[in-house]
Amino acid sequence: MKAIDQTTIVFTSRSANEGFARACTACFAAQLDPTLDEVADIKTAVSEAVTNAIVHAYPDRIGRITLRLRLLAGNLLEVQVKDSGVGIPDVEQARTALFTTGNEERSGMGFSIMESFMDSLKVRSAVGRGTTVTMRKRISKRREGTP
Amino acid sequence: MPITVNRQPGGLAIVLSGEIDHHGARVMMQQLEDAIARDLPMHLTLDLSGVTFMDSSGIAVLLRTLRQMNQLGGTLRVTAIPAQARRVLDAAGVGRLITLE
Repeated sequence: MKAIDQTTIVFTSRSANEGFARACTACFAAQLDPTLDEVADIKTAVSEAVTNAIVHAYPDRIGRITLRLRLLAGNLLEVQVKDSGVGIPDVEQARTALFTTGNEERSGMGFSIMESFMDSLKVRSAVGRGTTVTMRKRISKRREGTP
Repeated sequence: MPITVNRQPGGLAIVLSGEIDHHGARVMMQQLEDAIARDLPMHLTLDLSGVTFMDSSGIAVLLRTLRQMNQLGGTLRVTAIPAQARRVLDAAGVGRLITLE
């Protein structure tokens, strides 16, 4: 699908960049005139995907994370978070609620939240090569004057 | 300072504030753990009114606090939950484990 607008941001897998990724995504999405709830949902999903890359893709080193934001026809926002980290051996298992390879600081709810806050979620991963998470959400078209 | 501790008759009321993501959660968890270990409260109320953003890292903070309170034989309530945080907690079904008000 051809993008109407697109931006790509590359940053390091430092946890301080979680907030940066959320802010970038919210700014890009602003052109779709989303509701506050829609912005909150998008920010939450991005936060989960970027945190996964920081915690799981690069457990022992600082790596690169690529955030690609695309605006597609039909008020559709696409968010892609890509890393070149360790990869996920079993994507289906990783997507299961409460499953985590992390410690007590992780809840195992990241993918479930991405799934419930976005319209679609696609996870591609290859062990030793990295993971790409692609999410889409259709932003409601608001009539003039509605909040 | 992401947490503010208020002593009340019978327990503690702690106000959480700021963004609870993976970046901020570690410090917050440690502060909560220290506050609970110091006072050993029978009742703990976490007030989320100052939370401007929360993702699943916040769930881990709440579950860990619940575990700590269970070990003490105490109770945990979570109050003044902003809409965004509420959606995250609801999506994860946290209400089945913790009293959310």
